[in-house]
Amino acid sequence: MTSVRDWIDSGRHAVAERWHNAPRWMRWAVIAAVVVFFYALPNREFYQWLGPIPTTGSNFGQVLFTISIYVLLAVGLNIVVGFAGLLDLGYFGFFAVGAYTVAVLTSPSSDLKTLWPWLLALPVALVLTMISGVMLGTPTLRLRGDYLAIVTLGFAEMIRVAATSSEFLKGQRGFNQIPHPPGTHSDGSPVFGVLDPRPYYWLVLTLIILVVLGVRNLNRSRVGRAWISIREDEDAAQLMGVPTFKFKLWAFASGAFIGGLAGALFAGKQNFVSSQNLELLNSIIILAAVILGGSGNIVGAIVGGGLVAYMIERFRGIEVFGIELYEYRFMFFGLVLVIMMIFRPQGLIPNRRRAAEFKDRRKEVIVGG
Amino acid sequence: MTTLLEIEDVSLLYGRIKALHGISLTVNEGEIVALIGANGAGKSTTMRAISGIRPVASGRIHFAGEDITKLRADLRVRRGLCQAPEGRGIFPGMSVLENLDMGAYTRRDRAEVSKDLAKVLELFPRLAERRKQVGGTLSGGEQQMLAVGRALMSRPKLLLLDEPSMGLAPMLIQQIFSIITEINEQGTTILLVEQNAQQALARAHRAYVLETGRIVKEGTGSELLHDPAVKEAYLGVA
Repeated sequence: MTSVRDWIDSGRHAVAERWHNAPRWMRWAVIAAVVVFFYALPNREFYQWLGPIPTTGSNFGQVLFTISIYVLLAVGLNIVVGFAGLLDLGYFGFFAVGAYTVAVLTSPSSDLKTLWPWLLALPVALVLTMISGVMLGTPTLRLRGDYLAIVTLGFAEMIRVAATSSEFLKGQRGFNQIPHPPGTHSDGSPVFGVLDPRPYYWLVLTLIILVVLGVRNLNRSRVGRAWISIREDEDAAQLMGVPTFKFKLWAFASGAFIGGLAGALFAGKQNFVSSQNLELLNSIIILAAVILGGSGNIVGAIVGGGLVAYMIERFRGIEVFGIELYEYRFMFFGLVLVIMMIFRPQGLIPNRRRAAEFKDRRKEVIVGG
Repeated sequence: MTTLLEIEDVSLLYGRIKALHGISLTVNEGEIVALIGANGAGKSTTMRAISGIRPVASGRIHFAGEDITKLRADLRVRRGLCQAPEGRGIFPGMSVLENLDMGAYTRRDRAEVSKDLAKVLELFPRLAERRKQVGGTLSGGEQQMLAVGRALMSRPKLLLLDEPSMGLAPMLIQQIFSIITEINEQGTTILLVEQNAQQALARAHRAYVLETGRIVKEGTGSELLHDPAVKEAYLGVA
C-alpha cells in the first residue's frame, strides 16, 4: 500500500515541480484552457464527448449549477477554516441569510411587499450577511477553539428553526416567484430564464473566478500573513503585533460575504426558497469539501467543493440490483472521507505549509513509536 | 538610568487561582534583568502579563513612561515591547525567513527591516543556513534561536525572553547566553526568565527571585549568585 502511495506522491511531486518550473505564459495557457473547458462544459455539443462524466439521471447543466454553488461556498469557507484556522460548523447559515434576504425583499409572498428586483436586493443581502458574520463573530472570536464551533453550529440551527417556524419567514411554504437576475438577449427574451440553467452556471462560474482572484490577492498580502500566523499559533501571532481579533473577524466576515453571495445567487436561480433548503448536513458537506480538497489552498477548496457536489449528484438515477444508489449517496460520501483520512489527511491538494506540518507530525509519530 | 519598564503590585488570576500576588519590579534602560524561580513560581505568567497575553487582575504596568496596563498585546509590540515565547512558539509551517518576516509585522520601514534581517542572520548563522527550511522541522535549539531572532526583528526597546535555554544541550546554552549578552551590548534592554539560574545570574545586571507568585529577593546578579539561600534553592550547591 505504501508503495502505491509513494508512487502517487512522486507523480504528484513531478507534476507540481513541472508546474512551478513552467514558464509564466505556459501556466497562464493551462489556466485559460481550464477556464474555457468549464465555460464550455454545460453545452451538450461539448459534454457528449466526455463519456461517463455528465450525469445521466438529471439535467447536466442543472447539476453544474449546483456544483458551482458548492465550489463558491467551499472557496468562502476556506478563508475561515483554511486560512485563519477558525472551525465554523454553521457556514451554511450565511448562505441562508443571503437567500432569505433576497427572498424577503423580492418575493410577492413576502409580508414586506417591496417586490424589489433581484439586482437591488443583492447588495443588501451581501451587507446583511457580513453584518451577521460580524455580529456572530464579535462575541465568539474573543474565545478560542471549541466555543466558536459550538456557537456557529447553534447559529445555523437557529436560522433553520426561525425559517421553519416564523410566520414572517414562511416555513416550508417558503417564498415563491423570486425574480431572476436581469438581462435580455437581443430578441427580447430574458438571459436568465426558467428552463435553461446554463446562464446561471456561467454567472456563478464568472463570480467564482472574480472571488478567487480577490481572495488570492488578499491571501498574499499582510492580511493573509496575519491569518496564517493566527492559524499556526495565535499567541505567537499576538506577540508579533498581529491584532488577532480584528483579523479573525475579517476572515469570518469575508467568508460570510461569500456565503451570502452564494445564497443570493441560489435564490435568484431557484425562484423559490423555503426552510427545506436549510439542512445542517449542508454545512457539514461544505466543511468536508474544504478538508477533502486541502484546507488552506484555494485550488484545493475548488476541487474539493466540485468533487463532493459532483459525487453526490452523480449517484442520481443509477440503479444497481434495483437499488437506487442516490439513496445511499451519503454512505459513499462517508466511505470516501474515511479513506481520505487514512491515506491523505492533508487533503487532495494541500497547502504547502499544511503539507509540511503533516509531514513533521508523521515523522514525530514514527520516532515516538 | 531611566526606567523602561515598571511593574507595580501586579496580581493575576487563572480562574480562581491567584498566580501572581502583587509583584513589583523595574527594568532600566540598557540592563539585562533576570527573573528566576522554580517551576510554577509564576515566571511565565509574569511574562504574559507584561506582553499582554493575559489581563492582570490588579496593579499597574508602565512602559517607557506610559501606562500600558490595559493596552492590547499587539499595540504593546508597536510600543517596542516584544517577547520571544517559551519553547516552540514559532510558526511551524512557515520557513525561517517567513518567521523572521513575521517578527517585523508591525514595521513599515522595509529598508531598515532588511538591514535588521541581515544582522539577525549574522547573529545566528544556523538560521542563515536554514533560511528556506520550514520552522517545524528545525531542532529545538534552532527553534529557540528563531524565536529570539524573530523577536529582534521587531527592533524592540525591551526584549522579553521566556526560558531561552529550555531543553538545550549545555554547549548550546552557553552559546545562546553569549548571544543574549551580545544583543544587550548592541543596545537592547532584556528581561529574561530562566530556570537556569547559574547562567542567568552570571549574565544579568540585576535579578529577582520569584516564589509562588511573590518576589522574595532581589539584587544584582553577583549578589544573588553568592546568596546562600539562592545557592541552596536554585544553584544546587549547599
